[in-house]
Amino acid sequence: MKKFSVKTIVAIGIGAALFFVLGRFVAIPSPVPNTSISVQYGLLAFMSVVYGPVAGALIGFIGHTLIDFSYGWGIWWSWVIASAVFGALMGLSTKVLKLEEGELGKKGLIKFNVGQVVCHLICWMVIAPVLDVYMMGEPWDKLIAQGLMAGVANAVTTAIVGSLLCIAYTATKTKAGSLTKE
Amino acid sequence: MTNLFNYIDRPSPIHRLTGACKLVCLVAWSVAAMTSFYTPLLCIMTVAAVVLFRVAQLKVKDISFMLGVMLVYILMNNILIYLFSPNHGTSLYGSQTVLLRIAGPYVVTAEQLFYHFNVILKNACTIPIVLLFVCTTNPSEFAASLNRIGVSYRISYAVALALRYIPDIQREYRDISLAQQARGTEMSKKASLVNRLKAASAILIPLILSSMERIETISNAMELRGFGKGKKRTWYSGRKFTRADILCMLVCLALVLVSLTLTYLNGGRYYNPFG
Repeated sequence: MKKFSVKTIVAIGIGAALFFVLGRFVAIPSPVPNTSISVQYGLLAFMSVVYGPVAGALIGFIGHTLIDFSYGWGIWWSWVIASAVFGALMGLSTKVLKLEEGELGKKGLIKFNVGQVVCHLICWMVIAPVLDVYMMGEPWDKLIAQGLMAGVANAVTTAIVGSLLCIAYTATKTKAGSLTKE
Repeated sequence: MTNLFNYIDRPSPIHRLTGACKLVCLVAWSVAAMTSFYTPLLCIMTVAAVVLFRVAQLKVKDISFMLGVMLVYILMNNILIYLFSPNHGTSLYGSQTVLLRIAGPYVVTAEQLFYHFNVILKNACTIPIVLLFVCTTNPSEFAASLNRIGVSYRISYAVALALRYIPDIQREYRDISLAQQARGTEMSKKASLVNRLKAASAILIPLILSSMERIETISNAMELRGFGKGKKRTWYSGRKFTRADILCMLVCLALVLVSLTLTYLNGGRYYNPFG
């Protein structure tokens, strides 16, 4: 197994703690039952882009499991796994977006948002329902409706919160090649 | 605040089991409950879960809030399933025994009721076990137990860090939120949804940027102390398996086997009393 850097481990820990606090205390209720508009996916997308796919997957997995634990309503493995997959998929764009080098701009934002919408669709419309059909034997129509609601809500919050975070974060970084020789 | 995970310290045989053992049992129990639709097994597991709950000396009033949330969830879930597919039971069991006609496609069939009964049972047999785990396992033992069941200590340590920093981040979130409210940020129901999201971002950005700094500080501190150089590490709250632990794990793993075997012998996932 590949060794993680210490920084990745800490990022996973703190990321999961943030994911937990946001998911547990900042949830905004939505019209469809059992689904709330969750701000934490904006954070997850952002953390994954900064720290890569492994960190993203583990932040989603640990954070979501802890939320389910603290509510004590049972662990919905299908949704936990979908969160982890979302983190992993978003993490793949680390190399494309290069937030560490302080580059983002309009192009970067468009790429980030297209990426996150696609990832959300894959997770909530494909992975979560497929796992639920297998594990819980629930009817497709209901799962697709739930998944659609969750996916759209998450994509909207990610678009707002995630983009703002990316902009704010790149502003704190020095651009690569910003020094000129006089 | 301090008791976020509802750990309740009581002298019971279940509290004495090691965290690692309980984690294995929890996972095995969930897998068994998730893979099976064999109704008699689910009934037995539900009864067993309730009995275990008594053994752990937990009282209904300890968990009344969670129980309430759960019941609402189960109710909503079932209503939603019925609204979307009132004939799901018929398509699963291949027969239709109409008990009552409401309107259009909405009929009440014995198959549908039986299917709902199964869904409720599946929830009812796992939820007490999760509650049991949450109420009887000390969170600080959690990371040590992950490492014991074979998860790399680096990942276990990430879990330990998450548990350690949740209260800190919560406090920071509250501080920033109050500061922003003092500056006129509206987050209550009075604001529209978009405004509430914007208000949430006004809190999130300082919170997350300061957390990014925290990541730097902690990882430097850990690196200076040589974290990750050895192949293993020890845990302050780690405990060795006892005979009772091994017995419990074997029982739970056997349960998974029973569940899979029954599904195989049944010739399908659904136990069918109508055929």
